[in-house]
Amino acid sequence: MITQSWLPLLVLLTSLLSGLIIFTLPEKSVRTRTTLNLLAAFSKVGLVSWMIWHIYQGQHYQIRIHFLPNIDLVLQMDPLAVLFVGLSAVLWLTTTFYAIGYLEGSPHRSRFFGFFSLCVAATAGVAMAGNLFTFLIFYELLTLTAYPLIVHRGTEAARKAGQTYLVYTVGGGVLLLTGTAWLHTLTGTLDFTPQGFVQQLPSELHPQLIVIFILLIMGVGVKATLVPLHGWLPQAMVAPAPVSALLHAVAVVKAGVFGIVRVLYNVYGIDFAAALGITFPLMVLAAITIIYSSLRALTQDDLKRRLAFSTVSQVSYITLGVALAGPISAIGGLVHLVHQGLMKITLFFCAGNIAETLGIHKISEMKGVGRRMPLTMTAFTLTALGMIGVPPIAGFISKWYLGMGALQSGHAWVIGVLIVSTLLNAAYFLPILYTAWFDQPDTEQTAHPETSHLLLWPPVITALLSLAAGLFAALPYTPLEWARFIVSFEFLQR
Amino acid sequence: MTPPDLGIALVILPLTGALLAFLIHPHARWIGISTALAINIVLAWLLTDLVTSPQSYHYALGSWGAPLGIELHLDGLSAFMLMMSAVTGSGVSLYAFTCFRMQSTENDHSPAFWPLWLFLWTGINALFLSADIFNLYVTLELIGLAAVALTALAGSRAALTSAMRYLLISLLGSLCYLLGVALLYHTYATVDLTLLAGRITAQPATQAALALITVGLLLKSALFPLHFWLPPAHGSAAAPVSALLSALVVKASFYLLLRLWLELFHPIHNLMPDLLGILGAAAIIWGSLQALRQIRLKLLIAYSTVAQLGYFFLVFPLTAGQSGEMSSSAWQGVLYMLLAHALAKSAMFLAAGNIQLFGGHDRIIELDHIAQRLPLTLAAFSLAGISIMGLPPSGGFIGKWLLLEVAIAQGRWGYAMIILLGGLLAAGYIFKVIGYAFTQGQMEDSISETHPVPTVMQWAALALASGSILLGWYPAPLLELLAIGDPFHFLHPSP
Repeated sequence: MITQSWLPLLVLLTSLLSGLIIFTLPEKSVRTRTTLNLLAAFSKVGLVSWMIWHIYQGQHYQIRIHFLPNIDLVLQMDPLAVLFVGLSAVLWLTTTFYAIGYLEGSPHRSRFFGFFSLCVAATAGVAMAGNLFTFLIFYELLTLTAYPLIVHRGTEAARKAGQTYLVYTVGGGVLLLTGTAWLHTLTGTLDFTPQGFVQQLPSELHPQLIVIFILLIMGVGVKATLVPLHGWLPQAMVAPAPVSALLHAVAVVKAGVFGIVRVLYNVYGIDFAAALGITFPLMVLAAITIIYSSLRALTQDDLKRRLAFSTVSQVSYITLGVALAGPISAIGGLVHLVHQGLMKITLFFCAGNIAETLGIHKISEMKGVGRRMPLTMTAFTLTALGMIGVPPIAGFISKWYLGMGALQSGHAWVIGVLIVSTLLNAAYFLPILYTAWFDQPDTEQTAHPETSHLLLWPPVITALLSLAAGLFAALPYTPLEWARFIVSFEFLQR
Repeated sequence: MTPPDLGIALVILPLTGALLAFLIHPHARWIGISTALAINIVLAWLLTDLVTSPQSYHYALGSWGAPLGIELHLDGLSAFMLMMSAVTGSGVSLYAFTCFRMQSTENDHSPAFWPLWLFLWTGINALFLSADIFNLYVTLELIGLAAVALTALAGSRAALTSAMRYLLISLLGSLCYLLGVALLYHTYATVDLTLLAGRITAQPATQAALALITVGLLLKSALFPLHFWLPPAHGSAAAPVSALLSALVVKASFYLLLRLWLELFHPIHNLMPDLLGILGAAAIIWGSLQALRQIRLKLLIAYSTVAQLGYFFLVFPLTAGQSGEMSSSAWQGVLYMLLAHALAKSAMFLAAGNIQLFGGHDRIIELDHIAQRLPLTLAAFSLAGISIMGLPPSGGFIGKWLLLEVAIAQGRWGYAMIILLGGLLAAGYIFKVIGYAFTQGQMEDSISETHPVPTVMQWAALALASGSILLGWYPAPLLELLAIGDPFHFLHPSP
């Protein structure tokens, strides 16, 4: 049942308005800014939880605004949107706490938190977009609002990284725009529909549909960092830690992957896409991305760069799971959207803590960090193991479903990819853990507490969340259950 | 009062204001700002009337109809253009209100600025309302002369040289146009647009007139390769003047070409639409590439105008010989882009003016010293930039989307690629500026002295820029306004 409602707009406005108000605040009014930030973040979590409750009972919220002749702006909360909005709401809250601690006393904080909120608003828009046009608008808005965050430090390196980021993302945006406009001239509608809306086109248009698919996937693939469109992400590491955390776990990268899911499920329809023969190349591309970037991660000594290549690899699990075109692998892919978010944000928080507190950026300098920052490193270890796929942490659940799904869809070679990837994950994560815990530190112990509370607790909490998501996966309202719920719409109700 | 009466008021108001500002020059700026306010009130009234009873008006001044008297013509397109000049004009007036007082007392240009600007405004409004090709010539000449004088106002050597060149080009353009008018008058014995439209046939004299008029207007609207005079003129004038030149003056002659094309020359099929389209495409590429190369901010913005003008000329090929609906869409797209560009470009020039005032220069790679201390100005530049790049959510995006869709639906992939490529190049030159502005400057060895920039001047730029963004949020009412007397549904509006 679809209910016309202002709620989706309200979810968007919580972060949009708070962002705009923050711009007007003077640099010194820390208390007002913090209150406003947290108020907005908490109310968003509240709103989203309330909606999740109702959506589980089969309700869909939608708001439709007439925009151009035969194009509407549509925001909707369907189960897939909830998965992403829910993730972004929770992680926005934790990242806000973290960022307040991280940026204490640094310049341009109003600017930072303003764009930070706008970035989250754009992400919520991407998640809730009810048609491809609305998606495009928020996707581009995300491109723009993330830029000031990436160049926030204002160094020459930051400017260069920002330039690279723009070349990739603005280019991708153009492809997406082309694909969207082209599709609209063919179909006259762009509304996301379960099982897609393009299959009723006559078969002589199928070659055009394939070209449009390539345009759309390349457009969102830039943000989803599909090799060879991934080059901007490792460079964007110059951004402050909360930005990297947000970029990798929630905002930019996830928006790209989410776009791939939307295009496959709600524009083309997974069955039709498979029949067109466009899912297989995508699957191969995802597999290549997984292996290639894991190999690249091995050779990075800079901790954040290694994590960046790990992201490139891990988000492609999502693409892979969806492109396998079977229900079980789809569960694995979708649940990884949340699991990877929880785990990767923890890793980046920890990397940020180590850099802030000890001034350590390189893995070779991390000797004995575990003894000096035990809680941080415990969180790091837990989620790194999760990334490798050790049970019972969240990452294991994703990999299990992906593997089962691969067998079910008759692509057994994907198991091989998963195994190689797991080995490579272990190969680039375990040495970090070893150095941190077992090597002798070069300098003496530091006193308690290991770092400020605002920096320490966010990673601990997200690490516990990723453990819980794995341990209690079978309970209702967990990411896994929600992914099953979504998949039931795409595969079973026909 | 009926909409035509209000239209006449829109011409008389700035004219009176100009005369008053000239006579009582110590109070010129107050006269100027009140005139701007009055124009906005009248325009709001006119728009309300027009939207409540949507029709186009043909009105004989003092009941002296064609062929002898002066006739006015008011439809959605004219109202749209009037609105563009009113909104942009007000923003720039607000800026100029403070700006010219800021300059040192020995060369205070404000007594000269206000009468000239209000004359210019008179000419622009009259042009959007005129219904015969001779009156249009008069308004065109008025606009040209006022614009040249405004350019020379800056007083620098560069400004005087480029103003002189601008004068010659402007006169040459008007002359060509006048010759075309004379030919048409000789052949068809009328200068009234509606009467001409009924009589015109595809004979050699018409073709010659078409060619002359087109070349004259292309010179004035600086379409590539006739753009050479524009960057020096727009780049060396005072900030509010550059804003007016780029946002309004070049568009006046473009509007005239569009109007004549739609009303007169549309039925005469020839190579013209495609030729204009190709030149437009070349302008987009050439202008953007030049903008990328510039080291001075104002010149970058001026070349960006050259590029953006190219987009407008795509309207000719994309509406030629097409179905009503598709032509309507392309036409609306271009006009929407025109409006968004007027707001965005004026905001950019005003922002550049602020930067120049603050730091004494506008070299792009040294912007870090300046821009971070002018957050409102930087915001204005960035928001305007988004519209110029055509990224959502902005007026520029709406225009680009409509155009792109028409180009794709017609299978004109060449134009579609140009539209997209232009956006990419624009992103290139705009983010070049923003990137440097975000970089942390070494504050200690930076400029020795800075001039404070009044908040009003910063807000004027920001308001115009926000306007270009807000256009992207709710386009429906403006598109409805444009549909009043839409030439592709009723090619010749009923009198």
